[in-house]
Amino acid sequence: MDIFTQFGRFVLMLKGMFSKPENMKMYWKEFMHQCSEIGIGALGIVVIISVFMGAVSTLQTAYQLVSPLLPLSTIALIVRDTVILEFAPTLVCLVLAGVVGSKIAGELGNMRVSEQIDALEIMGINTKTYLILPKILASLVVIPMLVVISAVLGIWGGRLAGTLSGILSATTFDKGLVIGFHPYNVFFALTKAYTFGFIISSIPAYYGYYVKGGSLEIGRASTKSVVVSCVMILFSDYILAQLLLGGSPSG
Amino acid sequence: MIEVKNIKKGFDDKIVINDVSWVMQTGKCNLIIGSSGSGKTVLMKCMVGLFEPDSGEIHYGGSDFLTMNTEQRKELRQQIGMLFQGSALFDSMTVEQNIMFPLDMFTNDNYDEKLKRVNAVLDRVNLKGVNSKFPAEISGGMKKRVGIARAIVLNPKYLFCDEPNSGLDPQTSLLIDKLIKEITLEFNITTVVNTHDMNSVMEIGDNIIYMFEGLIEWKGSNKEIIFSKNQRLNEFIFASEFLQDAKDMRMLEMKGKIDNNRNMDELLK
Repeated sequence: MDIFTQFGRFVLMLKGMFSKPENMKMYWKEFMHQCSEIGIGALGIVVIISVFMGAVSTLQTAYQLVSPLLPLSTIALIVRDTVILEFAPTLVCLVLAGVVGSKIAGELGNMRVSEQIDALEIMGINTKTYLILPKILASLVVIPMLVVISAVLGIWGGRLAGTLSGILSATTFDKGLVIGFHPYNVFFALTKAYTFGFIISSIPAYYGYYVKGGSLEIGRASTKSVVVSCVMILFSDYILAQLLLGGSPSG
Repeated sequence: MIEVKNIKKGFDDKIVINDVSWVMQTGKCNLIIGSSGSGKTVLMKCMVGLFEPDSGEIHYGGSDFLTMNTEQRKELRQQIGMLFQGSALFDSMTVEQNIMFPLDMFTNDNYDEKLKRVNAVLDRVNLKGVNSKFPAEISGGMKKRVGIARAIVLNPKYLFCDEPNSGLDPQTSLLIDKLIKEITLEFNITTVVNTHDMNSVMEIGDNIIYMFEGLIEWKGSNKEIIFSKNQRLNEFIFASEFLQDAKDMRMLEMKGKIDNNRNMDELLK
């Protein structure tokens, strides 16, 4: 199937999600369930990645800052901006594409192959609305939250590594954190988080929902969805950087 | 009553259903039989709207399903129950949650009322004490019965069963067949069964079509099928020598040439 056909079918899938829910209470229940699955399910790995990501950033920045003319607080400034602008939204979302994406594709693929989606259709339920929409909405709510948590933990991890290794004191690090802070960077990070959240949920949902065959095809769909999601995250990361930061040093 | 008129369905260049017309009667078990690839599953999927036919009409009590809008189809589908080949139970839900799901979605009953209904249908399919079990924890036959319970929980007018006996031992198959027959008569529903099980054909086949390469090759009942002269049908139904002998025996019984209640032990002495 060529790329245009795939894209057309993806758009039709998204269009098909918007119909009147049969029972709002059940949809809300499913939405909350997905928030818990995606949010709580991925929290552990996000915490681990974020703390180490911040810690390593501090150590590597200190290693490269050899000039005695530069104050040590610059390390905190660099760690803060790197974490907020790139590491928390992009790196964490790339990991989430694997964790959440494969789960969504696998779940829907299994439901398709075992005729559970057909069973829902026969009952008169719009399966796109019931199965896909809550996953996308939950991702849009939960993934930006995870990105914020990741940014906070990343900076904390950097501070911890800096003080434990004796590179800089906690006071110096805290002083560096507030130097030249642009709130716009947080807006940029959240814009990326929403975009990536949509990619992470919708692309695996597409591959899982339309899977054909058996367990082998579910595995293939799951892998393909993660690969395509990662590529789309990197591509949209570049586009967003170009559009929102515009190449200017101050944003 | 369900009536299909001149249904055609193809995939790419291959015609799978070719101009099929058939009337399925209320309160009876209507069977679609045929070998693998004959188009019986596609025909059933067309009837329930999982596939859109290329042409033709599908009438449910006089209304053409294919000309209905989305809302009308949704309403009609609430009157349809379906038992899938693999049962299609929701893995993440318990037996009770599986059966309660249609009630949760389409009724405003409170939990106690829904539970009462769930227990009533579980009782009807002779299953007790499995409410809290997950599909992975019950046997194939039990899964089929849970599938039937879920299909009838909303009191449907139409029941579709896609190969209800696949993967079951002969004894359990017989129980499932009996259950389908009893439910059809008890609730006066139109039941459509897709099968290639010889026992099902003889036990519950009130109204049968035999499909071959997308066409209806033969129509009749389980009483008529034994006397059929259709060679393809005979080869399909009575494939083994044992079944051929059983057929001859049944024919002799039906013609009154041998005693229906004969004592085999006496005869074998």
